[in-house]
Amino acid sequence: MTLDQLTPKKSATITAVGGVGALRRRLLDMGLTPGTKVTVRKVAPMGDPIELFLRGYVLTIRKEDASNIEIHGVMDV
Amino acid sequence: MSILFALAGNQNSGKTTLFNRLTGSNQHVGNFPGVTVEKKEGRLLLKKDAFVVDLPGIYSLSPYTAEEVVTRDFIVKEHPDAIINIVDATNIERNLYLSLQLMELEIPMVIALNMMDEVRASGNSIKVKELSDALGVPIVPISAGKNEGIHELVDVAIKIASEKQKPKRQDFCTGEIHKAIHAIAHIIEDHAIAAGYPVRFASTKMVEGDEPMQKELKLHDNEIRLIAHITKEMEEQLHTDREAALADMRYQFIEEVCAKCVVKKGESLEQLRSEKMDRILTHKYFGIPIFLGIMLLIFILTFSVIGAPLQSLFEQGIDAATGWFSDWLTGLNVNPALHSLLIDGVCTGVGSVLSFLPLIVLLFFFLSILEDSGYMARVAFVMDKLLRKIGLSGRSFVPMLIGFGCSVPAIMATRTLSSDRDRKMTILLTPFMSCSAKLPIYGMITAAFFERQAGIVMFSIYVLGILVAVLSGLLLKKTVFKGNPVPFVMELPAYRFPAAKSVLIHMWEKGKDFIRKAFTIIFLSTIVIWFLQSFGWNFQMVEDSADSILASIGNLLAPLFIPLGFSDWKISTALITGFTAKESVVSTLTILTGATGDASLYSALQSLFTPLSALSFLAFTILYMPCVAAFAASKRELGSLKGALLTAAYQTGAAYVVALLIYQIGRLFVG
Repeated sequence: MTLDQLTPKKSATITAVGGVGALRRRLLDMGLTPGTKVTVRKVAPMGDPIELFLRGYVLTIRKEDASNIEIHGVMDV
Repeated sequence: MSILFALAGNQNSGKTTLFNRLTGSNQHVGNFPGVTVEKKEGRLLLKKDAFVVDLPGIYSLSPYTAEEVVTRDFIVKEHPDAIINIVDATNIERNLYLSLQLMELEIPMVIALNMMDEVRASGNSIKVKELSDALGVPIVPISAGKNEGIHELVDVAIKIASEKQKPKRQDFCTGEIHKAIHAIAHIIEDHAIAAGYPVRFASTKMVEGDEPMQKELKLHDNEIRLIAHITKEMEEQLHTDREAALADMRYQFIEEVCAKCVVKKGESLEQLRSEKMDRILTHKYFGIPIFLGIMLLIFILTFSVIGAPLQSLFEQGIDAATGWFSDWLTGLNVNPALHSLLIDGVCTGVGSVLSFLPLIVLLFFFLSILEDSGYMARVAFVMDKLLRKIGLSGRSFVPMLIGFGCSVPAIMATRTLSSDRDRKMTILLTPFMSCSAKLPIYGMITAAFFERQAGIVMFSIYVLGILVAVLSGLLLKKTVFKGNPVPFVMELPAYRFPAAKSVLIHMWEKGKDFIRKAFTIIFLSTIVIWFLQSFGWNFQMVEDSADSILASIGNLLAPLFIPLGFSDWKISTALITGFTAKESVVSTLTILTGATGDASLYSALQSLFTPLSALSFLAFTILYMPCVAAFAASKRELGSLKGALLTAAYQTGAAYVVALLIYQIGRLFVG
């Protein structure tokens, strides 16, 4: 499954980061690399973007971009 | 000999606070050559012959954003004596990611480990000595907010700069990546040296597939093929691609180092507090109303409770000074033309613009607090979806909202937008948010024509502005600003109490900026308009402004407005004077129609307009190019006169088209 499908208060481990160019590089640079554990904290009031917690900090990305990130091992927080 | 430091670090790492600590108010703000990325320079308080350049807040040295390119160009081409890399200790993993890349640039470097007070207060700790050994660069724990460790930092920075002590380690990689970097380093070594790049840095960038670097190195075709072959092999061995491989390699190294050097019992107090605050501030139902409430409060405080009295005090002061100056000139018996120039032209023109100064400073007081506290990032988070459709991100929401008060600070506020494209687009669209200086025009027209429908007309004015902004956004997204916007991947920093010093410096900077504009471009244009208004073609002062040069220009332009339904030269002349300040449209119309009071002005207007052409005129005034102060602000923020002229031309063009449509379509119904 992909990161945009992860509901709040659940965490998972990244398996692959898809996409191309600036967006993909940005995601990798911000620490969304394979093997990283990510938690979805919340969804913005209008349903998008989402708030993530990873590597000890809080990041927000759009669902559309999150759909490029493959995850596995979903757990409740 | 003087020393040059480059201050580099992530956004939200406390970089600006540290810069202010290092330099005090002794700083100069400009742009990096060729781009609208802000460049701040300052002289060190603690060492008078040392300078520091504040580089943009970035997360990596990728070739994709102007900020990142500027940073690497600056370090590679300007050869600073040392890099001061600020690292947020509460968020160390992601911050060190940039450090590893900076270390490859082979410039002496010191890490300023910021927010150590928060780390300690949260019961966590960092083994600074071990971390420094593992990375091979000196580390100084500091707290920029509390002014701790700054002396030590400066001492170490000066020491490594004078001893030219380069980072001791660069090799963080193992296995396949190591092999690839070293193999490529052999191939490109001569090219890298010729192009002025450190070999290691260039080699890593080639492994990552960095196209600008490939061009700069001027590689031969066979070398490019060889490099492609090496990276291909590496990718096959690692079962991943080059960019992911390197990002992963860096983060793995950081994870290993942090496991040894960082003792983290849990999230920091600031993070826990932020999470609690966000439960309310970005709440599903309360988040948006709270944001609107905060903005409303800022507006009320800025434009009425505090701002209005301050502004009228300021106006009175200016009026008094003008009056005194005028009497003095009369006493000196100066030439009436000179008297008029100084009083009616300079004092009145610049004075009316200067009276906005309290509003601007006050607004930036609140905006700095929103920005520095971390709330602005939440606004972007909450409002992003709304602006995405027109190709912008949530970050543009606040400048646009401020546009309803005054376009000048709104345009100045776009400085904090991280993407060049978003900044340009926001500057272009913000003036469509109808500013408060246009209210007298709306008041005049509604009173003369739409007394009973005043509410609905006023409401429609604002809606029309927003509508045109949205349509323009859609149009621009598909044409001028085509291509991918900078991805909206944004950190939500922990809430922090803004440092008073930073807020004050920010207010001072913006105030200074505005005053400089008032005395240059605004000053000049008010003189020009004054001249055109007071002189005839014979270069004699005119008694009746109907005989002025301006009136004849108005006459010349008048036919252009026939399709819009208002062709009288008085109207086109008034629209021109609206360039100095929008409220001038009202005063010019009053003068030109010879009206003696509101009632006579309204009846004069009724002979100039039909209700339909009055609507078309309203639409035109909402949308056409903003006043000279806003124009000057957009010139400054766009970094080019051409850009500002194009922006103004677009706005006036849009105004013309919309007014034309309203009049021509309206005529089908009214007959």
